[in-house]
Amino acid sequence: MSTSLRNNRAVALAAVAAALLLLGISLAFYWVPNAPIEGFRQRIFYVHVPIALTAYACFFWAAWKALRLLWTREQRYDLESYTAVHMGVIFGVLTLVTGSIWARTSWGVWWTWSERQLVLFLVLFLFYSAYFMLRYSVEPGPRRANMSAVYALFGVVLIPVSFLAIRLAEGLIHPVVFDRDVGSNLSGSQLLTFLVCFAGMLALAGSLYVNELTGKRLDARLAELREALQ
Amino acid sequence: MTSAEKYVTAAYLVVLAVVLAYVVIYAFKLSRLEREVTELAELARRKKEGVGEAEPEREEVVG
Repeated sequence: MSTSLRNNRAVALAAVAAALLLLGISLAFYWVPNAPIEGFRQRIFYVHVPIALTAYACFFWAAWKALRLLWTREQRYDLESYTAVHMGVIFGVLTLVTGSIWARTSWGVWWTWSERQLVLFLVLFLFYSAYFMLRYSVEPGPRRANMSAVYALFGVVLIPVSFLAIRLAEGLIHPVVFDRDVGSNLSGSQLLTFLVCFAGMLALAGSLYVNELTGKRLDARLAELREALQ
Repeated sequence: MTSAEKYVTAAYLVVLAVVLAYVVIYAFKLSRLEREVTELAELARRKKEGVGEAEPEREEVVG
C-alpha cells in the first residue's frame, strides 16, 4: 500500500474517531439516564469498557500479524505486530487508570487484589509490557522478529482467560455487563451509547496504529537510506 | 460538583490527556524525522557534488 493511501486512511479514521467519540460522550452525558444503582458514576463505563475491549483487539491484531509473520516469513508483519502491541499497551494503561478511578468511586478503593478480572488484566498488561524488553534485548533481524512473534502469540492466550475471569469469579464486585443474552444488563440507550463509544475507540486505535506504523516504516527507510549514503 | 461527577470528569480527562500526550510525542517524532530527512538530503547533495567534481578527472585519465 502506498504511503499517501495509508495517510488518507489515517486521516479518515481520525475523522471518524473524533466524530464517533464526540457523539458517544454527548450521548453518555446528555441522553443516557443515570443507572439505578451506580448513578452518575456509571458513565465511566462508556470510556472504560470500550478502551479495555480495544486493548484486547490490539493484542489480537498483534497476534494475527505475528501468525502471518511465522506463516509467510514476510518481515513487514514484524513491524505491524510490534505496532499493534505498542497500541495495546497504551490502551492497557488507560484501562487500568480509568478502571482504578471507577473502583475508587464505586468501591472506595483504587485497587483490589481479590478481583480476578483486575489481576488478570494486570498480568496481561505486564506480559505485553515485557514484550518490549524481550524485543530490545535481541539484535534486529529475523531472529528477533520470530521471538517477538511467538511471544505475541502466547500473550493472546491470556485474553480469553482475562475476559472470562469475571464470569468465572465467585466473589463478584466487578459488574458483569454482558452475559449470554448480550446487552441484557443494559437498556437500549445504554447499549447504543456503548456501541458508539466502542466504535469510536476502535477508530481511534486504528488511526493511531496507521500513524505509528507509518512513522516506524519511515524510521526504518531513513536508516536504510543513511546506510546507503554513507 | 459531587464526588461522582469529579471522578467521572477525571476518567474522561485522563483519556484526553493521554491522547494529547501521544500527539505531542508524535510531533517530536515528526520533527526528528524532518531533521533526519534534511540531513540526508544535504548528504546526498554533497555526495552528488563530490561525484560531479570527480568526473572531469576521470575523463582526463581516459582522454
